[in-house]
Amino acid sequence: MSSHPSRAFHENSYLHGGFTLWSWLTTRDHKRIALLYMISITGFFFLGGAAATIIRIELLTPQGDLVDAHTYNELFTAHGIIMVWFFLIPSIPNTLGNFLIPLMIGAREVAFPRLNLASWYIYTLGGLFVLATLLFGGVDTGWTFYTPFATLFSNSNVVLAIVGVFVVGFSSILTGLNFIVTVHRMRAPGMTWFKLPLFVWANYATSIILVLATPVLAMTLCLIAFERITRIGIFDPSLGGDPLLFQHFFWFYSHPAVYIMVLPAMGVASEIIPCFARNRIFGYRFMTYAILGIAIIGFLVWGHHMFVSGQSMYASVVFSLLSFLVAIPSAIKVFNWTATLYKGSILFASPMLYALGFVGLFTIGGLTGLFLAAAALDVHLTDTYFVIAHFHYIMVGGTVMAYLGGLHFWWPKIVGRMYPETWGRIAAVVIFVGFNLTFFPQYIAGAMGMPRRYHVYSPEYQLLNVFSSTGAGMLAIGYLLPLVYLVWAMFRGKHAPANPWQATGLEWQTASPPPKENFETIPENIPSPYDYRSRTRS
Amino acid sequence: MNPNGEGLFSAASSLGHTVDVLFLSVLGVTTFVAVGVAGAILYFSIRYRHGSKADRSNPPARARWIEITWTATPLAIFLGLFIWSSIVFSRFHRPPESALRVHVLARQWMWKVEHDNGRREIDELHVPVGQPVELIMTSQDVIHSFFVPAFRVKQDVLPGRYTSLWFNATRAGRFNLFCAEYCGTDHARMTGTVVAMPPAEFARWLAAGPQRDDLAARGFTIYRRAGCSGCHEAASTVHAPPLESLYGRQVHLSDGSTIVADDTYLRDSILLPEKQIVAGYAPIMPGFKGQLDEDDLTALLAYIRSSEETKPMSTSP
Amino acid sequence: MSSHAAHFESDSHRHETAELGMWVFLATELMFFGPLLLGYAVGREMYGQAFAAASRHTDVVIGTINTAVLLTSSLFMALAAAAVRSDRTRMTMRCLLLTAALGVVFLVLKGFEYLSEWQEHLVPWADFRFEPRLRQGAGYFYYLYFAMTGLHALHLTIGIVASIVFALRLRVNSARALASQVGVTGLYWHFVDMIWVFLYPILYLVERHG
Ligand code: HEA
Ligand code: HEA
Ligand code: HEC
Ligand code: CUA
Ligand SMILES: [Cu+2]
Repeated sequence: MSSHPSRAFHENSYLHGGFTLWSWLTTRDHKRIALLYMISITGFFFLGGAAATIIRIELLTPQGDLVDAHTYNELFTAHGIIMVWFFLIPSIPNTLGNFLIPLMIGAREVAFPRLNLASWYIYTLGGLFVLATLLFGGVDTGWTFYTPFATLFSNSNVVLAIVGVFVVGFSSILTGLNFIVTVHRMRAPGMTWFKLPLFVWANYATSIILVLATPVLAMTLCLIAFERITRIGIFDPSLGGDPLLFQHFFWFYSHPAVYIMVLPAMGVASEIIPCFARNRIFGYRFMTYAILGIAIIGFLVWGHHMFVSGQSMYASVVFSLLSFLVAIPSAIKVFNWTATLYKGSILFASPMLYALGFVGLFTIGGLTGLFLAAAALDVHLTDTYFVIAHFHYIMVGGTVMAYLGGLHFWWPKIVGRMYPETWGRIAAVVIFVGFNLTFFPQYIAGAMGMPRRYHVYSPEYQLLNVFSSTGAGMLAIGYLLPLVYLVWAMFRGKHAPANPWQATGLEWQTASPPPKENFETIPENIPSPYDYRSRTRS
Repeated sequence: MNPNGEGLFSAASSLGHTVDVLFLSVLGVTTFVAVGVAGAILYFSIRYRHGSKADRSNPPARARWIEITWTATPLAIFLGLFIWSSIVFSRFHRPPESALRVHVLARQWMWKVEHDNGRREIDELHVPVGQPVELIMTSQDVIHSFFVPAFRVKQDVLPGRYTSLWFNATRAGRFNLFCAEYCGTDHARMTGTVVAMPPAEFARWLAAGPQRDDLAARGFTIYRRAGCSGCHEAASTVHAPPLESLYGRQVHLSDGSTIVADDTYLRDSILLPEKQIVAGYAPIMPGFKGQLDEDDLTALLAYIRSSEETKPMSTSP
Repeated sequence: MSSHAAHFESDSHRHETAELGMWVFLATELMFFGPLLLGYAVGREMYGQAFAAASRHTDVVIGTINTAVLLTSSLFMALAAAAVRSDRTRMTMRCLLLTAALGVVFLVLKGFEYLSEWQEHLVPWADFRFEPRLRQGAGYFYYLYFAMTGLHALHLTIGIVASIVFALRLRVNSARALASQVGVTGLYWHFVDMIWVFLYPILYLVERHG
């Protein structure tokens, strides 16, 4: 394949032709829709980040001196809602997934291009509702909407926020539906299931969760809104309802949702690591089983969020066991990534740095998940900063790291230009250090008993919080860097060849940026995935 | 780590010590694994960095036995940790018989405590060292959570039902009490102090202070006032089950099921009788929802519980 | 019109794709009803007596008639699907319209049912009246009753609109052109029907085993 994009290609690259705003807002090209998503979620990430920044500044001192209690509650609620539903869940699937899945399976489009665009509009609509919520004074329920607080006691814009999350849920569902059907029906001839890149497998599993779990959240939110409006319902004890019922519904969605947030990241790592280790991925099949295993068992562990909620002891014990079991497939993946390095020929380009960072931080986050899975320890640790640290390690240290890795890895493909390598590495290091400085102290604070959702806290925790806030500042810089140089590269970076990393995978067999219809001709004789050694030897 | 014993490994309750041992063990295992993984990554990264002279011939694409090992080993470790933690966890749910009962009522944003002799306190809880204490807790509004880091105990406090929590302080001192479940604006200020004191001192404290007549007695007056006696008295013409020594007994319900008469059951029987109808009785008992507040209920339950040992004072006029 | 249809190899490829899409969608729909059904199970556990009593106030007659109506409608929908496959355009069109008509009948009857329930003060959020002792449980029951039947009615309405739209488009297009649309609508219709067959006993027939 040509190492330099032939002019002919450039002319009908998906970026050229129809630069008008209109042509973008009405596009059905999965690649352009991916970019639409990328822009929106970046906006929301920095919005959520701004909330986090204020939270961290507030927590510099034990007294609540920057913002008052109510504002603080609205801040972490906005932060959680935005980061989970408007940034992290759509992050990898709707941007990289949208862009790459058809390319990786040798298709010209997703199965339902119109639906794909529709789901972006739905996402945007949901986003507008959330912005409206913030404008009209925010919501203070926490991202978990626990009843009866959310139904009868909170006097903030709960319904508005719920509508926003409800709406964005349908965008998730449509995307999931689209991906499932695409992977089943649009694969190029010869692209068998076990030739699929793990990134596709991961997004396939994610889509299944999206489609099965999201509607439960949607209906549950309806019930809350309804109960709030009519003052009668099934969650409020004073109305004869059961508040634990809500928690079961919510976590039945939200635990699988956490795997929605990590599986695609695992997919990204599984693409990057073999590429820069110049080695085939270790135990490809085991990796696919692990992915499916996580997706399935992930549906059975929700009760581990309720060990002290008053649910029966026996339920708690069962959920504890299942929570340990769901960790096994993750273990397999971590070990296989490590083994992929063995006898490789490792290059430390930025994407690789991010990918390795992902593995390390995910491992720490996951391992601390085991503390929480042990019911006896969770009694002490639940609702403390230990939990906060746990999930930030996985979601921020893990998924966000992988997302950035993926952006760097595929940026040449997406915009047709290279990003500045040095800056890429610097940012990776700054983020890694800043991250650990921010969240590691929170494990200690949590183990010492500092409760979450506290804006005033007892003084013995201050030192740890000062570390944490300092780190957050560093993290902020770390995240602003890529924003700057990736955008810069989009216009000024040097032209990228079709396959700058000598990577396997069909997406690299077409020009950068790809033509509108993805491939001039649909590739035949599909190579087996991650066949790096043969090509390094040749 | 700090005098109060929130400090990582210096719990101030009997269960807390076992929890700390478990915590340290899990910490050990996980640290070992984390270091192992990180070590391997670093080692390979250096040994097999691009251009190094390391031997790269015939690498394994997969090796079933390795994969089996590193699936089975974590599994074994996990099962071990699970069993251990579950044993400890089950002890959280088995308060000793001898436990001293204290009633806790949570509301936005304060903790109200009432001892059996009627002594009340707010945002403070005095307990004797070396004696198990069981808290019977309920909430007046939203869900709260009673959290004493130094004791390694936490339990959500729900409206409309009773949850309980027990601990056995091993060390005198003042310990932080936090509300750990988000409950609205001043969640962060819904804090207090647990004061663990030597038994003798505690007895003195309990006896001192503003004495109201004890809970059970107050319960009995309500039992009269609210008209319970009208039906539940042995003398009464209405066919209603006797409440003496009801507490903790197996009760047969009209739907064929049986249930232990615990606090939550009693509460429901009083507020929403139709939820469980005692077998052999007509569902004629009116619900007292809205007529009795949480304090009355606490008192009533104390009375019904006390009528367990002593014959009710119903003989006295 | 479908400039994007280019990315399908063949018509049959397009049919299969659309059909799989609908199956996945139905899986979503099923989960959507999940919380309501679970909430029902829990309520039934807590308020068995009240549920039975409340269920006795539902209008079994209309409920049963409606069940029959829907089942018949499904029959016609099946016929429509069959007709479209052996592309008999007019036949397809008639069956679709009949299906839609029966759907409308269902909604109208349901409307009357709601009306009478409203007059009998069985609407939990509009001056609900019930035997005091069972009030709470009954309120819980009717809350779910309206949620479930309302949600079902909404789905049915969508189905009706779809059927009518395609029936009308059949006047200009040939059956072959709309084969996959009709087939998919059929799947959806049967699903909505199935939901009702599930709701009918748990809402109308509780006292039989309450
Ligand atoms: C992407 C997000 C994500 C992911 C992947 C996970 C993964 C896991 N989580 Fe986490 N979790 C959250 C996000 C996530 N979590 C969030 C957001 C919350 C809080 C919600 C809220 O309350 O606001 C939460 C809360 C939470 C709780 C409840 C805490 C509480 O509130 O009381 C529990 C309890 O069991 C838990 C457990 C686990 C476990 C066991 C895993 C496992 O899947 C982890 C598996 C991975 C590993 C174990 C590491 C790899 C393994 C090895 C390297 C080798 C094997 C190790 C040994 C042999 C020792 N999580
Ligand atoms: C899912 C993704 C996600 C992500 C990416 C993050 C990112 C971050 N979160 Fe996250 N967090 C959650 C999900 C996430 N969080 C959830 C679900 C909760 C629970 C909420 C609840 O309890 O209901 C939570 C709660 C939470 C808390 C606990 C609040 C409390 O319980 O009282 C804290 C405290 O430190 C925190 C900190 C941070 C920080 C420092 C980052 C950093 O990574 C952010 C770094 C990014 C930036 C800093 C933005 C870039 C720079 C700028 C925007 C500069 C401009 C700044 C200004 C204009 C002020 N988060
Ligand atoms: C109108 C008569 C009547 C009044 C007044 C009444 N009860 Fe009852 N109560 C009954 C009957 C009949 C039953 C058994 C049927 C049932 O379970 O509802 C019963 C059951 C109970 C039970 C469950 C007993 C068991 O064996 O499980 C408790 C507890 C109880 N009542 C407490 C009270 C209290 C406390 C009051 C006053 C606040 C009260 N009752 C007032 C008639 C009455
Ligand atoms: Cu009470 Cu938080
Ligand atoms: Cu979970």
